[in-house]
Parts: sequence; structure tokens; C-alpha cells
Amino acid sequence: MKSRSIQARAGAAILQSVPIILLATGTVCLLLFALDFSPIAIIRAMAAGSLTSWLKFSQLLSIWVPLLLCSCGLLFTFRAGLWNIGIEGQVVMGAIGATILLRMNPGFLPPPITIIAAMAAACIGGSLWGLLAGILKSRGGVNEIFGGLGLNFVAQGIILYLIFGPWKRAGIASMSGTDIFARNLWLPTPVGWRVAPAALITAIAVFILSRLFLNHTRFGLKVKAVGLNPEASRLFHIHADRYGLFAIMVGGALAGLAGGLQVTGVYHRLIPSISSGYGYLGLLVVMLANYKSLPVPLITLFFAWLAAGSIQLPIMLRIDSSLSGVIQGACVLSALLVHGLRTRRQG
Amino acid sequence: MIQLVNIHKTFGKVKALQGVNLHVRPGSIHGIIGENGAGKSTLMKILTGFIARTSGSILLDGREVALKTPEAARKLGIGMLYQEPLDFPKLSVLDNFMAAAADTNPQRQAEIITRLSNKFGFTLNPSSRQGKLTVGERQQVELMRLIRDQCRILILDEPTTGISGEQQKLLFGTLRRLRDEGKAIILVSHKLAEIHSLCDRVTILRHGKPAGEQEKPFNEEQLLQAMFAALPTRSSRPPRRTPGKPILTMEEVSTTAGRVGLDRINTTIHEGEIVGLAGLDGSGQSIFLQMAYGLLSPEQGRVSLPDADVEDVMRVFLPADRLGKGLIAGLTVREHQLLAGATPFFIHSGCGRDETKKAINTFSIIGTPDTMAEGLSGGNQQRLLLSLIPPQARLILLEHPTRGLDLQSGRWTWHYLRSHLPDNGAIIFASPELDDIMEQADRVLVFYNGAIILDRPTDQTGYREVSRAITGRV
Amino acid sequence: MMEISAAVFLAGIASSAAPLILAALGETLTEKAGVINLSLDGAILLSAMAGFVVAARTGSMVVGFAAAAGTGMLATLVLVVISIYLGQSQVAVGFALTFLCRDLAYFLGAPFARTAGPQLSIVPVPILADLPIIGPVFFQHSLIVYTSFIAIPLLWFFIYRTPQGLVLRCVGENPEACWARGIQPRKIQTIYTLLGGALIGLAGAAFSLAIKPGWGRPQGCEGMGWIALALVIFGGWHPLKVAFGAYLFGFLQMSGIFLQDIFPSIPAQIFQVAPFPLMIFTLVLVHLGRDNKGRKFFLLRLLSGDPPDALGKNYRQV
Repeated sequence: MKSRSIQARAGAAILQSVPIILLATGTVCLLLFALDFSPIAIIRAMAAGSLTSWLKFSQLLSIWVPLLLCSCGLLFTFRAGLWNIGIEGQVVMGAIGATILLRMNPGFLPPPITIIAAMAAACIGGSLWGLLAGILKSRGGVNEIFGGLGLNFVAQGIILYLIFGPWKRAGIASMSGTDIFARNLWLPTPVGWRVAPAALITAIAVFILSRLFLNHTRFGLKVKAVGLNPEASRLFHIHADRYGLFAIMVGGALAGLAGGLQVTGVYHRLIPSISSGYGYLGLLVVMLANYKSLPVPLITLFFAWLAAGSIQLPIMLRIDSSLSGVIQGACVLSALLVHGLRTRRQG
Repeated sequence: MIQLVNIHKTFGKVKALQGVNLHVRPGSIHGIIGENGAGKSTLMKILTGFIARTSGSILLDGREVALKTPEAARKLGIGMLYQEPLDFPKLSVLDNFMAAAADTNPQRQAEIITRLSNKFGFTLNPSSRQGKLTVGERQQVELMRLIRDQCRILILDEPTTGISGEQQKLLFGTLRRLRDEGKAIILVSHKLAEIHSLCDRVTILRHGKPAGEQEKPFNEEQLLQAMFAALPTRSSRPPRRTPGKPILTMEEVSTTAGRVGLDRINTTIHEGEIVGLAGLDGSGQSIFLQMAYGLLSPEQGRVSLPDADVEDVMRVFLPADRLGKGLIAGLTVREHQLLAGATPFFIHSGCGRDETKKAINTFSIIGTPDTMAEGLSGGNQQRLLLSLIPPQARLILLEHPTRGLDLQSGRWTWHYLRSHLPDNGAIIFASPELDDIMEQADRVLVFYNGAIILDRPTDQTGYREVSRAITGRV
Repeated sequence: MMEISAAVFLAGIASSAAPLILAALGETLTEKAGVINLSLDGAILLSAMAGFVVAARTGSMVVGFAAAAGTGMLATLVLVVISIYLGQSQVAVGFALTFLCRDLAYFLGAPFARTAGPQLSIVPVPILADLPIIGPVFFQHSLIVYTSFIAIPLLWFFIYRTPQGLVLRCVGENPEACWARGIQPRKIQTIYTLLGGALIGLAGAAFSLAIKPGWGRPQGCEGMGWIALALVIFGGWHPLKVAFGAYLFGFLQMSGIFLQDIFPSIPAQIFQVAPFPLMIFTLVLVHLGRDNKGRKFFLLRLLSGDPPDALGKNYRQV
């Protein structure tokens, strides 16, 4: 067996995903036919809503950015064998971390530096929240799924408290969020764009670096070893707990960064639903990618297209926008079903 | 009553059983003895319907039976007492007793427990938690359950491992009584004392084949010889090194980890020594090795490395469960080399490739740098593990080092280990193959029920003494 | 005056906790068999929608509840097939399933959003309902609330006092030992996963037809599934403790509503959301207290319990 090139591996992966795509498309189409909707019309509407102009496409990219960042973070935790369901909370804490700095707005610093510092604070916020889940697991024996889930609710509580308490808008506190930041603290977005170029570049860079780190460094290899077999890792002098905590902190930092970018680049304020469910969606993405990094940008792009395109559905076809979620869920379950059938056939 | 004719069982390419015959009569206790891997447990799993035989027939009262599931075995009145209690530790004794029973009236079942306990002299409280009981008591619960279900054929797998002398006496009394009531009892054991005092007939298995059968009274010499094969010639035995300074000491080390734990181990291993750990699987050798490596800490006593220069990286442990505990399934051969070696921070696709290829050649691993660990055969997994031993290793701990290797690779392994062991290093290995120990070790420690019951230089002892010690006779 | 408001308060807890109790007990049943069903948050929503739509269309409450129970079972069937029989991770399947169910509920239910629908009527128990305090607290409810009352001891009795319950616990503890005794672990797991799904379905209908009547986006029961899941874990897999946790959550929710009247300046959203983090916080404290051997944590230890040993591991039958 020769070492296979990326192209060959990608080819094999595409071939493997054919039954998954067929199954998912088939099921969704059947559902649509049963409801008397035309799949073609839906695809057309979704394309029209997201692909026909740069403005619309950049809207799609603005969803792609946080989704890609969350998925990258999850690649780390899955690699270490952890189910980081607490990622939603990490996004929220990242957003809060960024907001703290943006609200302080130290005048002596040039705005770009403040923004960068805010992003660093976002990473710290997210990674500390991740660390908390990790410590609950390694010290308290609370499974990371339930610890993370609980911390999601706690983060949600904190953000609501802040928005309705100390950070409430002048006049009246409401679900619409905090006051809008000073304009010079917004991530610069050119006219006709819906996504900040800096955010786009950050997301792409994070993906490349994550992939590089996970697949081409000693550290990444050790994280993988711990995830696959913590017991044997000990014989290679690797501390499983330490690498697990490290992975969940990196995962939290990237999720936090996603939250920070939403605050400064998209909403320009802190809102209660700042995570928009991108963390959970990221879990679906990485599951669909079969926990590998290479397909992640494509799958996130596809999911972002579904999310952006479906916004048009109620207006154009009177179809509920949650169709996108149905398709995403169907994809992941089809993948699991096909994997299951495959392993069963093999033995 | 039950008759097994020409039973074969293959797992993939491995022939676990080849032409085994067994005839157990009602009202008798039939012993089955053999070394580790002789095929005893495979045979029992077939009898209880856990696995299906590849060929051969099983006759019950002269009629052929299929025995495809445990349910079928149960309906035919075949019951088994497993070596590891197969029960529900968190549930009460009564619940364990009632689980899957035909009648589940708690009062009636509690009465049955009391009645059977009185009959056999057990003292069991139906409401205590199963997990809180000793292994011997858990066994008693299981035994009573099988009796209640009117099992006609009782199979016991190493029933005395890890139980007290008192419980053993009770168990033997019970078994004799059941035999007199007409039940057929199959006793799997490696302890000759047990065989002598209980069995009416014994079948010896070796490497999956029948190696003899005896009626009471047994000839111990012949039994041992049938179990452990012919004595090989000791031609190629390398000269013994002179032991140097102590490298590992254990003082009064005790633990309850594992099946039998460790019982007050006192020993010192010296530089230059190659020490073989003999004994039946699970008699404490594995716990001893894990303790020596530092994977386990003793509950009492002290494990120490007298030479302060011996660092963590100089200790190496190659576990028996190679893929489960030694290697990492999902990583390639090259990735294992990278994990074990001094690797730069950035790993490009060529990194470690040459070294890996060299290792593949040196160790004759059948595979490429990109073969996954789980894609290697058992022998090749062992070669990979050997190739990962760092050159500075001073304390090499091996569990079953030559298992799954052919004779030649086995020899090569030992040659490699010996020639790469520094003068101030030591090897401790556990092996189920007595030949391995007698040929390779300078010193043998025999484990029995978690204690070292024999400690001799191999040139001052022989097969007879060691194999007797393995079966508990010193 | 105080007396009446206390009764109203307690009655509110009893009814608002009813669906949570059904869902958490359903999940308890499933997890006792060693299967973890992570899909319940979405499954509750999907069956809430199904129950609402069917009841509104047929005009029959019974048919509505039956449809919801059926929907719950259908959703968990996916888990049964892909995890129990095809060996894929229960967590992965359950997680994907919960999102599929949620969006499917919104998608299929969109045409019915904010439409008029039936609401389960209050059926006071004759005589008992007139008792002071006890009457309004326990005996002036809808049938589904009574069902939740009865379900608690019933489930406890089933799990701990019947032969079937014993088999259920055995499968969750050690499927291999069950197999050796002639029980088919996967069959048992399938039965209780589906049964749990039915209870989860009933919980959904309890929301959309009784406790938070109506359908829309949001329905108002979002997040309840996760709370139910947490209740099972931290309630130590014991139906009585799980139910106690559900009432605790109901208490937090009712307190929110009451406090809102006392502090009108604080926005309503705080009171709506606060019970969730508070509940989780309490549960984590209970969990951490459980490891502590100190006597002062005696009360906490009383609330604790161990997970079934085989929880979440797919049993590979040979």
C-alpha cells in the first residue's frame, strides 16, 4: 500500500459518500413530494436567495465563518475522543469575553488593537469555559456531555443576566441586546459585503492551521493517540488527561473566537441568541465529515448555503425555513445508517 | 450422558480445537486440564452455546443437539459457573437468583435460597448486594441458581481461583453431593490437588488437541507430561550474565487489583538478570508487571527503583493485549514510530519514513509504514512493539513476548532482546510457555494465587519442580 | 388569602411538572435498559406538534395523545435501528436525531402554527377536589396530570417489584450475563427504548394539548428535553428521585412566575430562562456532593445513584 495522495483520498471519500447523498436526498424528496412541494422549485429558490449576487453570497459566507470555526474547534475535541456538547456555551462565553473589552473601549488604544484584544479575550473566554467542562470530567467525574450541556444553560443564564442587568440598554432592557458599539470597533466590512474580510481570512487561516496542527505536528499526533486509546498512550509517556484538557481548551478558544467575531463583525452588540446554534450545527458537520478535517470546509459551505438559502423559502414558496435543518439532520442520520450497514457487512 | 465427538473449532485461520472427544457420565466429576490456550475455555463456550462449533457432534442422552444459543443450552439442562462471575453486582442476591427464572415470586425464591443454603452449608443473606460478596459467595449464589434450574450438566471453570480455603471445602462438599445425586459435572482446572480430590476421570488438552485421558487413581507424572508436552533439549541456552546491582525491589507488596491480587511480594531484580514469571494466567504475573512499570500502585508495601538513574523512559512495558493496551488502533506503523521516537514538532509526510522502513526491515514486519496497527497480524504487532523499545531502555517488562510468533521469530525476538539489553538492564517477562521460561530466563518466579511460591535460578531447577509449582505443589 | 395562593402555587408546580415527569420517566426506562436516548428534546417537540395537529383535526384528545405517543416511538425507532442493531454510537445518533426531530416539527407544523386547537379540560375528582389545599393541589387537574401522578409509583413498582422490571435492570447492568441466562438483550433494549419513546411522545402532547396549549415556533417546550435528560442522570436513574427533580424544576418555574409579579421591573425573560441554569447548577452540586464521603453530605448522598453499568454501550450479540 503506497501512501495515498490527497486527491486519491478525496476521490475515495466522494465515492463513499454517494450512498449517503442518495439516501438523504431520496428521503427528503419523498417527504417533499408527500407534502406536494417541488424539490426543484425549492432548490431554485434557495439558490436565488444565496448565490445570485455577491451580496447574497457574502451573506452565506457570514454564516460559513462561525460554522467553520466551531467545526474546527470540534475537530480538536473529537480527535481527543471527547464529545464537546458544551460548545454552545463556549461560543457564548467567547462573545461575552469580546464584549467586555469592546465595552471598556480603552481610548488610548487604537481601535484595531482593541478589536484584536477583544478577539483574544473571546478565545480566553471560550477556552476557560471548555476547561471547566474538562475539569468537571477529569476531577468531578461528570461526563463531558452532561457537564457541557449544563454549562450551556449556565452560559445562557449569564448572557441574559448581563443583557438585562449590568449591560442593559440605556432606557429599557430587552431581548434585542446591548447598546451598539462605537462604529470604529466594528470589524470593517466593505460596502456591498455582508461578511468582514478579516473574519473570512481568520476562518480560513484557522482551518488551515487546525489541519496542519492536527495532522502534521507531534502534538496533534499525541492528541489523536489519546483519543484512540488513552490506556496505551500511557505506555508512550503521554498524559491522557492533560492532552484531553488541552484539546477542549483549543476547541473552546475557537468556539469563543466564533462568538467574538459574531459580536464585532455581525451584530455589533451582544444579543441573547449570539451563538445562533452554530455550535450544535458544527457537531453535525463534524459527524457528517466522519470526524475528518478535509471535508469540513465543503460541508460547512453546504450547511451555510442551506441556512442562508432557506431564509427565502417562506417569502417565495411559503415553506418554513426549518427545511434546512431537516436536510442537515437527514444527511447526518443517513451517514450513520450507511456507516452502520457497512460495518455490519464487513463483519 | 453428554458426549462430544470430534469437535473442531477455527477462528479465522487459528485452529482452536482439533478433534476433541469427551464423554461425561451422569453421577461423575470429569476433569479437564491443560495449559493456557489449550482450548479449555473454547470447549466450554461451545458446550454452553456461547459460540458455535465448526464441526463435530454433541450428543445428549444419545440424541444429537444443536446448541446454538445459551438459551438452548439452558433448556437442555446445561449450566456453567464462569471463572469471572457473570452476574449483576449491583443487584441483590435475591434479584440475581431470580433473574430470568421461570418463577419469580420473591418469597418462594427466598425460601429456595434458604433451603439450598442450609442443605450445602452456605450462609447467604438474600437481601445483601451481590457486589459486596466475596467471589466464593457469588459463586455459591450462581451454583444454587443452576441447581434450582435443575441443570443436569454442571460446568465449572477454575472454580477455586480467588476463593478461601473454607469456601473451597464447602464447594467440594457440594460438588460431591451433586455428583451422588446423579448430576454430570465438568471441572476445568489446572490445579492437580483439585483434580485428585474430586475427579473420577480426567481429559488432558494440549494446543487444542486431546492429549490423554485417565481414570482415577491418576498418575501425576503422566498428567504433567501430557499437559506440558515433551521436555525439549536445552542446547542453545545462552550463558547467564552475572547479576549486578539491584534495579527493582518490591517489599511486602500487596494489592487487591485483578482476579487474585498480589499477596506480600518480596523480591529484588538485579541488573543483567532475565527473569521469567510462570504460573497460570491471572495468578498475579500481570499485576506484578504493571506494578513494576508503575501503572498500578501497591495498596501496601513499596515498589522502588534503587538506581536513581533509571528514568521513566527507561522502563518499557509490552502488554499481552497488544492491540488493546500496547498499540493504538487507528494509527499507522509510522505514527507509532513517531510517537515512540524523538520527533520534531512538525511532521511532514516524509518524517520518520526512512526510520520506519528500516524498522520494518530489521524486525521483518509484514506491512508498510502506512499500515494501521489493527491491520497487522498478531505476530507483526509484537514485532512492531519490539521495534518501539528505545535503545536506552533498562527495565524491559514483557507479557507473553512470543505469543503468536512462530518458532523462528520467537528465537529471533529473544536474540534481539538479549543483544540489545545493556549490561545494566534487566528483563522481566511473563509467559504461559514453560519452554520459553526454562530456555530464556536466568531465574524463574512461579506465581500461585497472587503469591510467589517458587523463586529459583533456572539452572538449579527443572520442568518437574516448576510445573508442580504452577499447579500449587511446592 | 395566603392559603389560596399557596395552593395555587403548589397546583401550578404539579401541573407544570407533569410533562417533564413523563419524559424523564420514559428516559429512565430506556436508560435502565442500558440505552441512552439523547433525542428526547427534539422528539418531545415533534410529538407535541403531531399531537396538536391530530387532536385539532380529529377533534379527539385520545387520538391526539395516541398520535403523539406513536410519533415518539417512531423517532426512537431510528435509534433502535442505527444504534442497537447497527452498532453506531448512541450519542451520535441521538444527537443528530434530536435536531432532525426539532426541525421536522417546525417544518411540518408550520401551516398549523398559531391556529386554534383544543385544550385538555380539568377533571376535578369528586369529593376529594373539595378538600382544602389538598383538593386544588392534587385533585383539580387534567387527566394527563393525574397520569403523571400515577406514573411515578407505577414505574417504580414496575422497575423494582416485577419480574419484567428485574430483566430490564439486568440487561442494563450486564447484557452478557443476560445472554448467558437465555435472555435476548437487544430485544429487551428495543422494547424499552420504544416504550420510553412512547412516554416521551405523551410528554410532548402534554405540552401542546394541556400545559402550554397550542403550536408555534417556539412552542415553549424547547429545552425541556435536555432538562429531562439531566434529571435522569442526576436523579440517579431512580424514578422517585427523578420525579423529585422534576418537581424541583416546576418549583423554580413557578417561583419565576410569582417573583415576576413582585418585581415587575425585571424583564420576564429572566424568570423564564433562569430555572434552566439554576436547575443544572443544583444538579451538578448534587452530583459533586455525592463523591464526598463526609457526613454533612448525607442528604446529597440520599439523592444519588449509579448509572446502569452497560449504559451507552451497544451489545454485540454473537
